[in-house]
Amino acid sequence: MKRIGSFFLYLSLAIVAVFQIFPIIWLFLFSLKDNREIFSGSPFALPSQFRWENYTKVWEGGIGVYFWNSVWITGLAILLTVLFASMATFAITRMKWKLSKLVLGLFMVGLMIPIHSSIIPLFNMFLNINLIDSPWSIVITYTAYNLPITIMILLGFYYTLPREIEEAAIIDGCSVPQMFFRIILPMTIPVMSTTVIINMIYNWNEFVFVNTFISSDKYKTLTVGIQNFIGQYMTDWGAIGATLIISVLPILIAFIFFSNKVVEGMSSSAVKG
Amino acid sequence: MSNKWLIALFVLPALLLTAILIFIPLALSGYYGLMDWDGIGAMKFIGLENYMNALQDGKFWDSAWHSFLLAIFSTLSLLLYLVIALILSSKIKGADLLRKIYLIPMLLSSVAIAQLWIKIYNPTNGMLNQILMAIGVEHPPAWLADTALVLYAIFVPILWQYAGFYILIYYAALKNIPESIIEAARIDGASPVQIALKIKLPLIMSVVKVTIVLAVVGSLKYFDLIYVMTGGGPNGASEVMASYMYKLAFSSNNFGYGSAIGFVLLIITLVVTFIVRKLTATKEEIQY
Repeated sequence: MKRIGSFFLYLSLAIVAVFQIFPIIWLFLFSLKDNREIFSGSPFALPSQFRWENYTKVWEGGIGVYFWNSVWITGLAILLTVLFASMATFAITRMKWKLSKLVLGLFMVGLMIPIHSSIIPLFNMFLNINLIDSPWSIVITYTAYNLPITIMILLGFYYTLPREIEEAAIIDGCSVPQMFFRIILPMTIPVMSTTVIINMIYNWNEFVFVNTFISSDKYKTLTVGIQNFIGQYMTDWGAIGATLIISVLPILIAFIFFSNKVVEGMSSSAVKG
Repeated sequence: MSNKWLIALFVLPALLLTAILIFIPLALSGYYGLMDWDGIGAMKFIGLENYMNALQDGKFWDSAWHSFLLAIFSTLSLLLYLVIALILSSKIKGADLLRKIYLIPMLLSSVAIAQLWIKIYNPTNGMLNQILMAIGVEHPPAWLADTALVLYAIFVPILWQYAGFYILIYYAALKNIPESIIEAARIDGASPVQIALKIKLPLIMSVVKVTIVLAVVGSLKYFDLIYVMTGGGPNGASEVMASYMYKLAFSSNNFGYGSAIGFVLLIITLVVTFIVRKLTATKEEIQY
């Protein structure tokens, strides 16, 4: 009886796993096929020959440009967000000042804002300062909109840092900025790496801001780029599949190496809500 | 340490960015909502006219209704996620690996998910209809082109995308329950189902509450997936508040009216957050 029960438990968990993973495997399979094979064969069949040329075709057809835009915009925004969020969290948790609670509250409110309520004024703002169709509008917007979640993840760790270290550093003649960059930041590497990977997922996958602020192909990132691109290749399923796989691969690879960090970051995003 | 200049130096970069790029635009959105404005020409003050128009705009109410339905579906699906998490937490071998596998769709961009599911739903060559035809369904529906089905068809990828996230949160909360409590119940003769319902569930109620807020507020914000999969169609059958607002502003150049709807979206989000919290408030947080 107990065995049968646990058999069904494992079975149900396995079905959920298949449901979660199978669409992605199907995508990978058809990215290596041509239309004839996709349309006539079984969706579960391996490709008769692996058509890697689907990948080279789309990469050279423009996906390469979008890919590198995504890389540098994502990277730069992560750097700025994590630096500014660390500085702010440091000031909020380690320094004494009257408005610290209020400022923290402001950042936490920022967590629940629907971006559709701010996108028209943002668009207008960037239009007025000539940042529409400039990648910088995207970099600073990503930096700002990821600050709240980043600060929230950092917060718990900063509260647990022992004060003795700071006191010792000050006695040794360290200035506060020196202490922050040489002592505090290195100590927070574990939690910083969590925020880096969470920021990476958000930035890499972001769509609305780029879709709204950027119109030139040369500045588009992958999410918006693949949208146009798929329009062109409407009927070539293999090419579309290859495009999608290229766009999700960096995050999936990062997940293989840092899955514990992702899990940690995602669960702490709900601790306070 | 309380040097004012130092504090400013550390806080201002983050605070200014947040103020200028998040809070000021939110306030401006309410202000633009009072204007007749095409986004390029001069603004003309028209008072509450945009907000009044919204009240009589059938398309707005339709989109609000669809957002509301998605919020209900999302909240109900939490039950399913909770059950899976409860099973996972009952000494399952490989639970850690499984929850990571479940999380994978959450890592993909909504655009990639939308494109993938467009293919899955493709009437003739998609995976779903190929399977349905293989098991003998003669005329499977054109899922995304059917006004009666499209909202449900869109909800499946949403379910798929977020499953891992919520299971992860519930699982983490369940793992936090001290083993001694569960052991004591087991010795007292409680069955696994009783332990799940009477002990584990009440102990993670505060987390469940948070996830309800996340699910409801999250559904009010759904945009990317719907915008890419159907563009709100066919015939407005999958239009939600965010996609309607976006179209008004960036397709019809109706920036004033779009801002008003964006501002209403903000108000609804804040009010709903408040109501859900009140409704689900437990009298006292359980301590253990």
